[in-house]
Amino acid sequence: MNTVAMADSARAAAPALDVERIRADFPILQIRPRGRPLVYLDSAATSQKPRQVIDALRRYYEEENGNIHRGVHYLSELATLRYDETREATRRFLNAESVNEVVFTRNTTEGINLVASSFGQAFVRAGDEIVVSLMEHHSNIVPWQLLCERSGAVLRAVPVTDTGELDLGAFESLLGPRTRLVALTWVSNSLGTVNPVERIVAIAHARGIPVLLDGAQAAPHLAIDVRAVGCDFLAFSGHKMLGPTGVGVLYARGDWFDRLPPYQGGGDMIDTVTIEKTTYAKAPSRFEAGTPDIGSVVAFRAAIEYLERTGLDAIQRHEHALVAEATAQVGALPGVRLVGTAPGKAGVLSFTMEGVHPHDIATILDQHGIAIRAGHHCTQPLMQRFGCGATARASFYLYNTMDEVNALVAGLHRVREVFA
Amino acid sequence: MDLGALYEEVILDHNRSPRNWGDIPGATHVDGRNPLCGDRITLSLQVEDDVITDVRFTGEGCAISKASASMMTQAVKGKTRKEAEAIFEGFHDLVMGKAGTAPPDKSLGSLRAFAGVSRFPARVKCATMAWHALREGLSRES
Repeated sequence: MNTVAMADSARAAAPALDVERIRADFPILQIRPRGRPLVYLDSAATSQKPRQVIDALRRYYEEENGNIHRGVHYLSELATLRYDETREATRRFLNAESVNEVVFTRNTTEGINLVASSFGQAFVRAGDEIVVSLMEHHSNIVPWQLLCERSGAVLRAVPVTDTGELDLGAFESLLGPRTRLVALTWVSNSLGTVNPVERIVAIAHARGIPVLLDGAQAAPHLAIDVRAVGCDFLAFSGHKMLGPTGVGVLYARGDWFDRLPPYQGGGDMIDTVTIEKTTYAKAPSRFEAGTPDIGSVVAFRAAIEYLERTGLDAIQRHEHALVAEATAQVGALPGVRLVGTAPGKAGVLSFTMEGVHPHDIATILDQHGIAIRAGHHCTQPLMQRFGCGATARASFYLYNTMDEVNALVAGLHRVREVFA
Repeated sequence: MDLGALYEEVILDHNRSPRNWGDIPGATHVDGRNPLCGDRITLSLQVEDDVITDVRFTGEGCAISKASASMMTQAVKGKTRKEAEAIFEGFHDLVMGKAGTAPPDKSLGSLRAFAGVSRFPARVKCATMAWHALREGLSRES
């Protein structure tokens, strides 16, 4: 869509979401798993994709496919242009200063691994400390543990309160002269807690400590302004925010990328190569070795524009209404324990049911066409903190409705009947 | 789809009141885990003269994994290593759907209640977790 049409539809957008119109953009919502209408409540795992993104992917392969930064022919130039257009769209989406602060990765995990590897190599030595928290996804724990094993650094974890919030007092006291980096999630994938990232960054920066934010669950739901937040690094995935799988973003503020050694070596990341010595390209190319998932990056722009056109503030209001209703109804069911009750949560409801394992809840709901996640959600330290091995998690996005909240509740009644 | 096919009454019963729940002090202990979902089981196993004289378990898991462990302990207690292995083979074929449309092997007894698992591929690992722990324990005992 061109910019004029975008501006028009942005003006036309009503404050509340037109969910029926949005749903019509998502072909997959028409399928009938096991003969029932699909109730998709697993967007925190991966979101569904609008027609606009699918069309962009098809258009790319049918009309625009060539390798980037290589050829002088028509298709190579066009693919390069499209690829760079997504980089600019991402910069605008984040309110970053420069496209050189935006590197494309496969996903959030790869972005965090990149920082753990390159930042670690440049700045982390034996006895240094990295601060994470108990509510991190394994992808924001394990890369740092690997770094600690390599370097002799020490991993510290910020505790979590009973409502599922970071203990900021404990966070402050964990920061010391050897703290090299703070790596925290913006929004918890298991609990939905939205962490006060501006305060966190301010506290760390006051001590001269850089901050990486895991934005996997933030980018789909919040209007992001990296300049306001002030974080040094931000990693997120395209597939959780309406985009295709295979594309993620690593943002690094200012000259951070120029201060880091390369992550992977290969084509496209070099300046000149001789057998004796190689000099490297500047960021972002330096961190994009090899042919990337060009088609997915190109189509990712359609996802960004879809979110911008719909309005992240409106999306957030819609999700809050769904979560509030789901919290009230599910929370009132006998034997249900809500896990994570922080105010202002993003679109996640995590819970357990007395006498019924989350897997069994998920299987029974699935028989009614309702997709939720059951398990530890790749947050085992957090599950241990709350004394449960697993939870059932319903997650909501812009295409979900109150009817679907009601379907979830009706499904949970059925679970009770089976396990009575 | 008929949910009863998965959650047979006997499975729900063993989930509510697992048999042979507990620990055998001093016996061989094996931990079973499903890293995908975090379910875990600790099996304690006593083998004398090639016969499984006692087997107990504790752990945390879904109805399928708990009932499977519970019914497994009943099925293999008093059996020789070879007999237990044969029951495992039959059970494995059953939950993998390898038995086809033929009626389940009668020698499996109440374990036949797990036939429905073959229609739920995501749950096969839940049903076999305890059995894999048992086999590991038996191999250590040998």
